[in-house]
Amino acid sequence: MIQVENLYKKFGKNPVLTGLNLSIHSGNIFAVLGPNGSGKTTLIKAVLGMVIPDKGSISVMDTRIKNQWKYRQQINYLPQIANFPGNLRVKELIEMIKDIRQMPSDEEQLIARFGLEPFLDKKLSNLSGGTKQKVNIVLTFMFDCPLVILDEPTNGLDPLALIRLKELIFEEKGKGKTFLITSHIMQFVEEVSDEVVYLLEGKIYFKGSISALKTKTNQTNFEHAIAAISTP
Amino acid sequence: MIKILKYSFYDLMRSRWSYVYFLFYLLLGFVLLFLNNELSKAVITLMNVIIVLVPLIGTIFGVMYFYNSKEFTELLLAQPIKRSSIFFGQYLGVAGSLTMSLVLGLGIPFALYGLFESNAIWDFSLLLITGAFLTMIFTALAFNIALSNENKIKGFGYAVLVWLFLAVIYDGLFLMSLIVFEKYPLDNFSLIATMFNPIDLSRTLILLKLDISALLGYTGAIFKQFFGTNLGLMISIVMLTLWTVIPVWRLGYKSKRKDF
Repeated sequence: MIQVENLYKKFGKNPVLTGLNLSIHSGNIFAVLGPNGSGKTTLIKAVLGMVIPDKGSISVMDTRIKNQWKYRQQINYLPQIANFPGNLRVKELIEMIKDIRQMPSDEEQLIARFGLEPFLDKKLSNLSGGTKQKVNIVLTFMFDCPLVILDEPTNGLDPLALIRLKELIFEEKGKGKTFLITSHIMQFVEEVSDEVVYLLEGKIYFKGSISALKTKTNQTNFEHAIAAISTP
Repeated sequence: MIKILKYSFYDLMRSRWSYVYFLFYLLLGFVLLFLNNELSKAVITLMNVIIVLVPLIGTIFGVMYFYNSKEFTELLLAQPIKRSSIFFGQYLGVAGSLTMSLVLGLGIPFALYGLFESNAIWDFSLLLITGAFLTMIFTALAFNIALSNENKIKGFGYAVLVWLFLAVIYDGLFLMSLIVFEKYPLDNFSLIATMFNPIDLSRTLILLKLDISALLGYTGAIFKQFFGTNLGLMISIVMLTLWTVIPVWRLGYKSKRKDF
């Protein structure tokens, strides 16, 4: 599904990714973990073509993504911070994205699921952080794409919405979709993910299942296992 | 690209500022006609306003829109759209709506005054064409500056500085160099120096067309003699086109290499 080879990226003098190799095959939920500033978001943005790598190559579904844009039709992306044009209404934003993507969508079922009906005619600048995140989730999941990338999806969600989100992820996984998720909530990661990719200092430090991680670090608790791997 | 253009254009049309800009020109047109009582005189006065004001508005609007639509841009970047389409679409949205305000705002009072029966129509159209060019040029420059500067204050500062330089300082330097080097033949120098400033170029172009180039003195005489009016017009238009195309091209080039 995704092949990343020898990826390098510097921001100014600060090297973020230093020779990262990663291969992700379809049908699983991958969690990308790592301490703050380890390059999780940079990696995701490089896959989306928003960040241009200094060196190395990325392929999504066997096409090199350099200077390409059509492959993004196969990706649903949930950005980390839900920044929307503030002067639009929720309804208008959804219509606009639909108009741009030109794909069949099922936003109604998602709007009902997250209880967004009362907010449809509100301006985005007047919404709370959690509600914006729900809108963000609706925009991400309303198209049927084989690859879903979620950057901190749990940000600001209330417990009920979190449960709905998990249900949604499992339903979509059942349809054979691949997920790439970053999160700092270990409990959430443990519940949803099949495999963990741990980034440290711009490289993949560990890749494997959660139980393999626990065995490697001799810990029974996932959170402690992550803590143990962070402090070598 | 057309879709991005559409949304940017609607977005601007819904904002108050397009109307303010439009109403300002409408008012300016009526007032000038009322005061001058003659179309061709009003065109000359209008030129002096347009030459300075249009670049300023284009610059400020361009920078402001670019920074304000950051969220919109980020949202679009993750969608299956070509990067250059996003930025060209937004650019054309801003430049298009500004040009529309200008053309309608000035066109309506002049048309009501009987522009179509008078012989000032060509001068007036030339004025609107240069106004449109100046809008496109300075919006493109503003977009370039905003794209290269993450810091809003810096971006605003540089943009205003570019406007100030081209509208005011450049002329001062130009005149000073003419005085300092008055012993040397300066024909070619003044021609080339005019070409490198779109504001000067537009002014010369309109003055030549209005046949009052005597007002320009030294430079105008050279221009008239060197180009003859038709060739001069053509070369000026080509230069204005280059002034538009080069910043727009750089916008596409830079946007392809930027990280978001």
